[in-house]
This record gives sequence, C-alpha cells and structure tokens, in this order.
Amino acid sequence: MTMESTSRLQKILSSGEFAVTAECGPPRGVDPEIIRKKGELLKGCVDAVNVTDNQTAIVRMSSIAACAHLVDMGLEPVMQMVTRDRNRIALQSDIMGAYSLGIKNILCLTGDHQTFGSQPDALNVFDIDSMNLVRTVKTMREEGRDMSGFELKGSPKMFIGAAANPFADPFEYRIIRLAKKIDAGADFIQTQCVYNLDRFKQWMKMAVDEGLTEKVHILAGVTPMKSAGMARYMAKRVAGMDVPENLIQRMGGVAKEKAPEEGLKICLETIAELREMEGVHGIHLMAIEWEEVVGEIVAGAGLMPRP
Amino acid sequence: MIVAEQKPMAEIKELVAPYKKVLILGCGTCVKTCFAGGEDEVAVMASALRLAFKVDGKEIHVEEQTVERQCEDEFIQESAPAIARNEAVLSLACGAGVQAMARRFKSTPLLPGVNTTFIGVLEKPGLFTEECSGCGDCKLAVFGGICPFTRCAKKLLNGPCGGSQNGKCEVSAETDCAWHLIIERLTALGQMDNLRTYIPPKNWRASLAAGPRRLFREDHVI
Repeated sequence: MTMESTSRLQKILSSGEFAVTAECGPPRGVDPEIIRKKGELLKGCVDAVNVTDNQTAIVRMSSIAACAHLVDMGLEPVMQMVTRDRNRIALQSDIMGAYSLGIKNILCLTGDHQTFGSQPDALNVFDIDSMNLVRTVKTMREEGRDMSGFELKGSPKMFIGAAANPFADPFEYRIIRLAKKIDAGADFIQTQCVYNLDRFKQWMKMAVDEGLTEKVHILAGVTPMKSAGMARYMAKRVAGMDVPENLIQRMGGVAKEKAPEEGLKICLETIAELREMEGVHGIHLMAIEWEEVVGEIVAGAGLMPRP
Repeated sequence: MIVAEQKPMAEIKELVAPYKKVLILGCGTCVKTCFAGGEDEVAVMASALRLAFKVDGKEIHVEEQTVERQCEDEFIQESAPAIARNEAVLSLACGAGVQAMARRFKSTPLLPGVNTTFIGVLEKPGLFTEECSGCGDCKLAVFGGICPFTRCAKKLLNGPCGGSQNGKCEVSAETDCAWHLIIERLTALGQMDNLRTYIPPKNWRASLAAGPRRLFREDHVI
C-alpha cells in the first residue's frame, strides 16, 4: 500500500479506523438536487460516498459529474469507473479530468454487461479489463505517465479500489485474482454484498493466510434487504449473488410491513460479525434507493461518530 | 470454419421479389458444413421459393448451382454462364463469398441468403459455437487453448468476472464461462501459473479495430 494519494478515506483506513462508505446512484436525469439530497442523507455518517457508473448498464448522470456535485458539498466521493463504455483513451482522460475536479478515490470495474441493461443493443467496449485499469491508474499516480509512457504535467494521486466477489465461481481462483488485483495496484477492495457469512469467512481466511490483508484494505459489501421479494430476486436473478435460503425464509417469515425492520436487523447482525473478522477493515453500505436508512444502520452498528 | 445461418424466408422473399429469373448459388465449403448454403440447402431453398411465389400467384424462374468456394475467383468463374442467364444471384455463401462474387460480376445484383455469424466449430450435432474472433494476435498458448477475447462476454484477460457461477456465463446460462474452462484446463495441464501473471492490455492493432486487414505474401506474387 502506498501513501501517495491525498484521499481522506485512505487516511482513515491507514489509521486503523473501521471505515464506512456508502453507495449513491446518480439519477436518470439531469437534476443535481437528487444527488445533493442523497449526499445530505449520507453526510456525517460515512467516510466516503461511492458513486456508480451507469450501473446495471442503465444510462444515468455520469459518475464524474455526480462526484463533482458531492465534492462541492464537502463530501468525499469514490468514483466508479467501468471499462464497458470507454476505451483506454477516454478512461485516462476522464481519470485526469476527475482528479482535476477534486475526486480522489476511484473504484476500477469492468462493469455489468450491457445485455442486463435498458439498451441491450449497445456495442460494448471492453478495450481493457478492470485489472488493466487498476494498473493504469497506479502508473499514472506513481510514475506520472499515461499508458503510452508520456510524462504527464501533474499526476492523479488517487486512492485505488477494485472489486472482489467471494461468492462467484471458481472459488479457489478468486484469491489468485484478488492477489493479482493487489499486485496491479489496488489499495482497497470492495466486495460483493455479504449474506453468506460462512463462505465469506472462508474467503477471508484464505486472504489472511496468503498475507493479502496485510497489503490491502478489504471493505465488506453490505446491502439491507427491504422485502422477501428482494431477497428472492437477488438470490435467483442477480449474477454473482449468494443469498442463503435461511435468510430468504427469515425475510418471508415476518409480516410484509415488518420486513424492512427484519432486513435492518439482519444487516446489523452481519456488520457485527464482519467487524470481528480478521482482515475486514470496513464496510461498504449499498442501500439501494434507500439511502435514508444508512445513518440508522451506522448508528445502530455503533460506528458513530465518524472520524 | 465460418458458420452462417440462413436468413428468414420472409426476408429472402423480399430480396428476391423484384426479379423474375434468379440463380441460387451455393458454396461447397464452410456453409455446406454448417448446413446453411451447400447443394442440399440450395435445392431446398429453390423449392421453397418456387412454392412461395406460386402461392402469391407470381411467376419466377429459379436456377440452382453450387460451386466449391465462392470466396475464390478460380471457382466462381464456373458460374459465369448461369449468371448471364439470370437477373440476380441469391448467394448462400458467407459475406466473403458474396463480396468476391460482386467483385467479379459487376453488373449482376447479389443478394445475401445467409447471415454470416462467426468462426466456430461444431460442438455437437446441431450446435455450433464461436471460438475465434480473428483478432490477428493469437494468445491461445497462455490461456490453455481457450480464447477469452472471443468466449468471454467481457473480453477479460485477467480472470473471471464476479458473475460466473457453476461454470456458466452470467450473460447466458447456456454458455460456458470461458474462464471456468481456462482454469479447468490449465489446472489439468499444471500451468496455473499462467493465471497468476498480470496480462497487459491487448494490442488491438492487428484486429479489425485498425480497419480492414490485408495480408500480403511477397513469396506468392507471380
């Protein structure tokens, strides 16, 4: 891990503090008030706000613009960047532009395939993969050079994140891939939503045994469930998600109006377990279109006040 | 081989409709092997067209012929007399074949009867799968003989995405995850170290991304 970026999230993680980040999806439209409202809900209860980049391949306000609105509010954004929609030229250009707007964290992703989105007819790019993007940002940051080797006038001192899914197959290869992402330059890792704690524990143990948690900050993904329907949908329809049957039954076992409460209870129990796990340095809350509940979760988990 | 699929009959009928005399020209190589445009398919197509236009009360004269390869000038020459007798050609060859014909027969309309789909193999009877995208820079040695550029929906070079489960691709449950296959094969070959190494961004210069490609063989110039 390098100390080269200027991000506050990095300072918090380096100090050994248990970090809390939350996700914020930009609107399907041009109104910056929507972003500001979400920002207000998250202000003071998270260390950084992670802004998605046309998630699930649905066109939204750009991640860079939404991040810039958050910077204006005094919040620290983590800009997601996917390789699905831009080639290497646009990616590098946007990284520099984003940094010039005060965006100091980046989460490098390949991105959801466009066939899952609202415009499945679109041509994808995938010029480079997420691993290549991580290394590109690292080279720009540390050597001050773009992919051609050209020396840049000033370099983006970004804190670099990457994703990991402990629940995807083949399981054994997941740790090799994590190690590769760290070698490529990832400073922090954001995981897929954790519901199957047994499998996550097993994955974390492998990461600890390989010495990877010494080299990277792992933020465990947490998503509160609103209803039994949502639990079933995620289990069956969302690629790479692992929602155990007992949780689906627990969500279905309470009255419909009590389901959100039950979802929050599960969420708090999960966070409590995650905090006990060696190598987990924080959580990333993905309260999808339910940002108003983030403060309650962070407080309920005993993680307030934030540094 | 090049794998192609016949266009829907309605589309073919529309293409052919302006003409009274049409030559259906098959190709005896790739499209024959994938049952899209060989001699047998030419015969079936000819009967289907005659019948379809008869039902509509329209007269059409359909002639049938198949050459060994429509993508080679040497073979398409044989079709010159038949082409002269007809107003248009419905070619059941791949896109390269149709264009080679267009190059040779400048005044005859050429109608494509198939959609050229991919470079692939017959995986099992009735199933053809795409295996190669002709990127011009083959790295199959690194990936155990399985191409992630072609067979991974995201063209990932450094391992599977987070959506792969039970060996299947997240984009289609019927498609094997290329990365699952690569890992299985490299494990069997004892070459998993290939996958611990960082694979740099692909050089697409040799691919179609840099424009249509030419291959010049000086040693074959006469």
